Amino acid sequence: MQNNHEEDVTSQIELELLLEAIFRQYGYDFRNYSRAHVKRRLYNRLRQHELASFSQLQHAILYDVTVFHEVLRDLSINVTEMFRDPAFYASLRAEVIPILKTYPYIKIWHAGCATGEEVYSFAILLMEEGLYERSQIYATDFNTDVLETAQKGIYPTSRMKEYTLNYQAAGGKESFSKYYTARYDAALFDPELKKNIVFAEHNLVTDSVFSEVNLIICRNVLIYFNRSLQNKVMELFAESLIKGGFLGLGTKENIMFSPVESLFKVLDAEQKIYQKKFV
Amino acid sequence: MNYHAIVIGSSAGGLQALKTIISGLSPHFKIPIIICQHRSPYSDSFMVQFLNELTPLLVKEADEKELITERHIYLAPPNFHLLVEEDFSLSLTVEEKVNFARPSIDVLFETAAEAYQHHLIGVILTGANHDGAKGMMYIQKKGGLTIAQNPATAEVPIMPQTAISSGCIDYVVNLEEIAELLNKLCKT
Ligand SMILES: C[S@@+](CC[C@H](N)C(=O)[O-])C[C@H]1O[C@@H](n2cnc3c(N)ncnc32)[C@H](O)[C@@H]1O
Repeated sequence: MQNNHEEDVTSQIELELLLEAIFRQYGYDFRNYSRAHVKRRLYNRLRQHELASFSQLQHAILYDVTVFHEVLRDLSINVTEMFRDPAFYASLRAEVIPILKTYPYIKIWHAGCATGEEVYSFAILLMEEGLYERSQIYATDFNTDVLETAQKGIYPTSRMKEYTLNYQAAGGKESFSKYYTARYDAALFDPELKKNIVFAEHNLVTDSVFSEVNLIICRNVLIYFNRSLQNKVMELFAESLIKGGFLGLGTKENIMFSPVESLFKVLDAEQKIYQKKFV
Repeated sequence: MNYHAIVIGSSAGGLQALKTIISGLSPHFKIPIIICQHRSPYSDSFMVQFLNELTPLLVKEADEKELITERHIYLAPPNFHLLVEEDFSLSLTVEEKVNFARPSIDVLFETAAEAYQHHLIGVILTGANHDGAKGMMYIQKKGGLTIAQNPATAEVPIMPQTAISSGCIDYVVNLEEIAELLNKLCKT
């Protein structure tokens, strides 16, 4: 019988081997995700499959792609909503949109868009500001299942009340119901909203930069990464933006203390909106 | 010193209970305290300010990847789960609610127990649900010390009662005496 401490060391080794195995077999790199988060999610998965150890889970993942997909879902956390943190959208509207209006053509990148609620929200805002027609929007995630949902633009009617309130708090100018048609429990968003959106698979850890982007929105993704991976992804963002381009992060995310901090100017400290400096 | 951190879980009635405990801590109290108090996703910084005025220690909302530091009291931000990493930093997630709560006490307690092992004290206070009971069991399993507020002194007894019934509590203590016990356990 091992004691508590030895057990922990063993399970630590098994966890590292498991993450290595996922990377080698499937190309998804979770080695630099927040360990506490990864461990908790994988423990839950162990319990559901009634497995005794991470090694057993590793075996299951390597030999059964459906188990891998479950684990991918466990680790990717796709929880999202429309106009999440309305004040963030209100601030974009006040601080960023007026400057974007001075460009003939704008490129926007939603990184880690999950099931797309954030993308449709911002598309609505662009429409209302008369900017949509000159926008090219890239909505990316590393999980292709969620991208399929995003592409459809269909969300539960049951959430529309909450989203309407969010929309209004974000400074929405219309009646929110004009943007969707409700059929029973499904609300289909106006296909016009996705005319200029390209949904694409992109992994922030392993894939490369985008070029000449005016605005990057990446919210509630970096919190899952450890510091070194956060820094790497911040560098990717800094490289992808044009000079004077904007970066919007989640309320709890920050470029402070990252190596790119000095390349940006703070536009809204509370809403975590930054502008890349011109020099 | 035996203990390196304290985690506290509270729900309905928690603000008053936290007030009693925090104002009773010794001004020289060193051990970091991490609190998961259930609250509305839209709540503002009132609670942090309110608690901060009761003590010379620094009460603040937990920041993402912040290193846990002595003489600090951290509160889980509304609408995020708060986790403790193995390098004793804090991280946040927006995953589904656990026990109908985000932040969830179990999530904080379980990850803190993983990180601090037997150097952890867990405290479960007033509340109307079952969050925290599993976390307390895990703290005990890892060799940490577990304290429940005496349900008779709790505004809502269900939460401490559930933890006590699960058989994982070392001390059942009246609200007024919890601070004193912590002062004693954590004396340097
Ligand atoms: C919590 S959701 C955030 C959704 C939305 N941005 C919001 O704030 O509501 C996090 C998303 O990040 C995605 N993600 C996690 N790691 C990623 C990676 N390495 N590359 C791209 N997307 C990633 C997940 O699949 C998930 O959809």
